[in-house]
Amino acid sequence: MSGESATRISAGEAFTAEDIAAAVEAGTRASDDVAKYAMRLGDDSLILAQRLGWWISRAPELEEDVALGNIALDLIGHARSFLTYAAGAWDKTEDDLAYFRAEAEFRSAHIVEQPNGDFARTIARQLVVSYFQYELYSRLVDSTDETLAAVAAKAIKEVAYHRDHSAQWVLRLALGTEESRRRMVDGLTLVWPYVEELFVDDELIDQLEGVAVRPSALREPFDALIGEVLAEAELEVPDVPGSIGGGRQGRHSEHLGYVLAEMQVLAREHPGASW
Amino acid sequence: MTGGSTTGDDGTRPVDTEAEEDQYANEPWPLWEVFVRSSRGLSHVHAGSLHAPDAGMAVRNARDLYTRRNEGVSVWVVPANAITASDPDAKGAYFESAAGKDYRHATYYKKSEGVKHL
Repeated sequence: MSGESATRISAGEAFTAEDIAAAVEAGTRASDDVAKYAMRLGDDSLILAQRLGWWISRAPELEEDVALGNIALDLIGHARSFLTYAAGAWDKTEDDLAYFRAEAEFRSAHIVEQPNGDFARTIARQLVVSYFQYELYSRLVDSTDETLAAVAAKAIKEVAYHRDHSAQWVLRLALGTEESRRRMVDGLTLVWPYVEELFVDDELIDQLEGVAVRPSALREPFDALIGEVLAEAELEVPDVPGSIGGGRQGRHSEHLGYVLAEMQVLAREHPGASW
Repeated sequence: MTGGSTTGDDGTRPVDTEAEEDQYANEPWPLWEVFVRSSRGLSHVHAGSLHAPDAGMAVRNARDLYTRRNEGVSVWVVPANAITASDPDAKGAYFESAAGKDYRHATYYKKSEGVKHL
């Protein structure tokens, strides 16, 4: 591959899943471990996007349908990039990974498969994931893996907006009416047990020093930033025990199966369908 | 909020009196007019309108709805009820007098002899 290759990756420029597919074709392949890591990141975004898509036509107002739909589309963009890169290591495509893996093969964290609940619960989940992803991507841009760094550089600007969107809603719901505040408190309490799993290190992370971001290192900045939002909203950090986790090893809660059934049914009924 | 039981929320809440019920009624969000200045434009141009609970969310919604394709470098939102408009039914009285006054247009004037490059 020449230095002036069209598939050369540079941070900040428009950089799509198609670019990554072309780079994979040209020989930029992830190692097995890097692919496993990229798949985790992609799965988090993919499952959350599928969850958020449910809100379209059901949000409090049309404008919020669009806002949540935009966020879901951003997340699908990130998922496509990560999964395309991962798939390349195993001679597969992004669609193979998204549509033809079984539940136990997904590596998403439990928080993203949690039910939407009411609007406040969805916002609570979005607050946690957006702040987590922002801290993650802001460090992944320095990864020694150029592809992961480039995907993170593109994603971080979008995640910055997701963070702002959820924080603005937390403030409005918490400081709105008695009813909206009750719902915001309930939403946070329901989501909080799933926070801990996001920050757990494991063997794969140990093997990818310099490539992967160590999740445990993100906990302190996450707590500080979330703490600021919650303090402004006059909310307490929920005092609830963490859930058992296991998503990174393919052990999921009862919810993921239903999410996958809906997401995968069309591709499985009509393999290769396009429109 | 729409969605009923599919939101996983049974909607239980204390409703004792009609007044309290009103408190939870789903009032539509106020309307905002959106003005976008494009990178090539010098002034903000009316792009459309949207609903939002307050000005901060209106600017954010405007970004989602009206600057999706890199149209804008700046967005204004104005509460729709803050705009005082001319009466559409009185259009004639307001604007007709301008119609007969051709001399307000440059094309009314003949080019003077000897003027080149006009």
